[in-house]
Amino acid sequence: MSNGVSNGVSNGASSASNDAIIQTRDLRKIYRVGQVDVAALRGVDLDVKAGEFLAIIGPSGSGKSTLFHIIGGLTPPTSGYVRVADRDLAGMTDAERTRMRRRTVGFVFQKFNLLPNLTARDNIAVARYLGGTDSKPDAQFEEALNLLGIAQRLDHKPNALSGGEQQRIAIARAIVNRPAILLADEPTGNLDTENSRAVLEIMRDLNQRLGQTILMITHNPEAAAYGHRTVQMRDGKVVA
Amino acid sequence: MTFKLVIENLKHRPMRSLLSILLIAVPVTLILTLAGMTDGMLEDSRQRTRGSGADVLVRGSTAAAIATFSGTLDERYAPVIQRQPHVSVATGVLVHSIDPPLAVMGIDLNQFTRMNGGFHYMAGGGFQGPDDMLVDNLYAAQKHLKVGDSYQSLNHGWRICGIVETGKLIRIAVPAKTLQQLDDIPGKVSVIYVKADVPAHADLVAEELRQLLPSLSISTVEEWTSQLTVSSPQLSSLRIFTNVVIGIGVVIAFAVVCLAQYMAVLQRTREIGILKSLGAAKSFILGIILAEALGLGIGGSILGILMSYGAKWLINMLVPASIQMAISYQWWPTATAITLVAAALGALYPGLSAARHDPIEALAYE
Repeated sequence: MSNGVSNGVSNGASSASNDAIIQTRDLRKIYRVGQVDVAALRGVDLDVKAGEFLAIIGPSGSGKSTLFHIIGGLTPPTSGYVRVADRDLAGMTDAERTRMRRRTVGFVFQKFNLLPNLTARDNIAVARYLGGTDSKPDAQFEEALNLLGIAQRLDHKPNALSGGEQQRIAIARAIVNRPAILLADEPTGNLDTENSRAVLEIMRDLNQRLGQTILMITHNPEAAAYGHRTVQMRDGKVVA
Repeated sequence: MTFKLVIENLKHRPMRSLLSILLIAVPVTLILTLAGMTDGMLEDSRQRTRGSGADVLVRGSTAAAIATFSGTLDERYAPVIQRQPHVSVATGVLVHSIDPPLAVMGIDLNQFTRMNGGFHYMAGGGFQGPDDMLVDNLYAAQKHLKVGDSYQSLNHGWRICGIVETGKLIRIAVPAKTLQQLDDIPGKVSVIYVKADVPAHADLVAEELRQLLPSLSISTVEEWTSQLTVSSPQLSSLRIFTNVVIGIGVVIAFAVVCLAQYMAVLQRTREIGILKSLGAAKSFILGIILAEALGLGIGGSILGILMSYGAKWLINMLVPASIQMAISYQWWPTATAITLVAAALGALYPGLSAARHDPIEALAYE
């Protein structure tokens, strides 16, 4: 673990490192709010290597969530280059981005975002179903479940689970299809210190034991310290 | 998994689901009750006409194809008809509508008894005087009548002389002469009921009577009862009425499902965002909403069918003589299909709206 400074700035995609699983170049996103154009991203260059645990920190409005949404295929960029797991997201249609989300990325959100009417097991099963796999999860996922320590809580619905347990279920759901990238948006934002530490250690274990690439957005420098390196954003740009 | 998701969604807000099912059930019940009443009343009419024991009906030339509520026929035709070969009984009946579909029938009790083989008296007996009235057990139950009661009808006071078992044409009968006097049409009847010596001679008798009395409307009972169907051209207005009720049913089911699913989509905006973040396609989201609507539609159809049994029980309790309701099984698939189509149409807008949700906005929805 190190708190290194971003090495992502370069002049084009061709100069990016070949083993980068995420590459962005001059990535821009402009939102239309009423009659006003708001630039959320103003040219972001970033490389994330496969197997890396990267933390992105920055104040509110710095553009980190927008970056998260673009890399996760939830919204298209306005311009620029973004490549995730050898797939160019910039030219993708909405349907192609939807398909990409099924198996290439897994999301962990601050508010857990579990389906409230399904048990923890079924929440995981839905992700597996949408990912195109209805069969029993593989041995690696079983290992991950043991790592998460939620095997005994799978038949409970979210309202019967603590925040920490819900977030672990959300992590299990995010990795059940063995995505290339795990995207976590403030994963400890709704957790107490103990549960925050537990979730972060789980994520670090997933990265170390299973080689899971993780991109985590956080306000919290202590949480960011769990990553291999930290990228700082401000005003829609990577600043350090 | 889709099935589980749909079931769990419906179970998650049970009050909304149950209310939707109840509201969808209302038009189903409406359609089945109307169809059941139509079938029940036509079948009752067929059975009571057959129960008269007659094989041929003779009516005036101006009589309507099915219903006959006028005294246009000279009763002196009856003895003429009775003298024809293969005719055993011919008796005129004057029909006076009171509270549609109820009618008072003026009969010659002796002749009528010869034709129908005799009434089964559940209480009392035949006419003892000109102001006596016979009623069947259904009318007696509906009006809470018993033998000896005074009863006012046709602006005339009657005495209930007997209660007969239903099924032998009459529901309310009075002496023909009295009714003719009250209607000021002495010597006139509405229908002459003709009994052949053997039922197999019904067609033969009808043909003979057509030649004998070419100006009158003559049909066998089988011909006449076969016209008592909803598809009969004579009942076209009933079909139109049924179609109007079906149309209202479609609108209600459409509106209920549209509202219920629109509310559901609003309440589950974040859940739709979650599914989208997991890679759910628009077609999957639309499919979930449609499947839920179809689930509500199926539930509403089943409840509507059950409620039609309740409607039948209620009608039998309140107006057993005026209205007969059958359980029309053949209408179940139609009513269900109409409901499901309306439910699917009602879910289309909320479903498309859900499918079009922006995942980021949906995930941020509180």
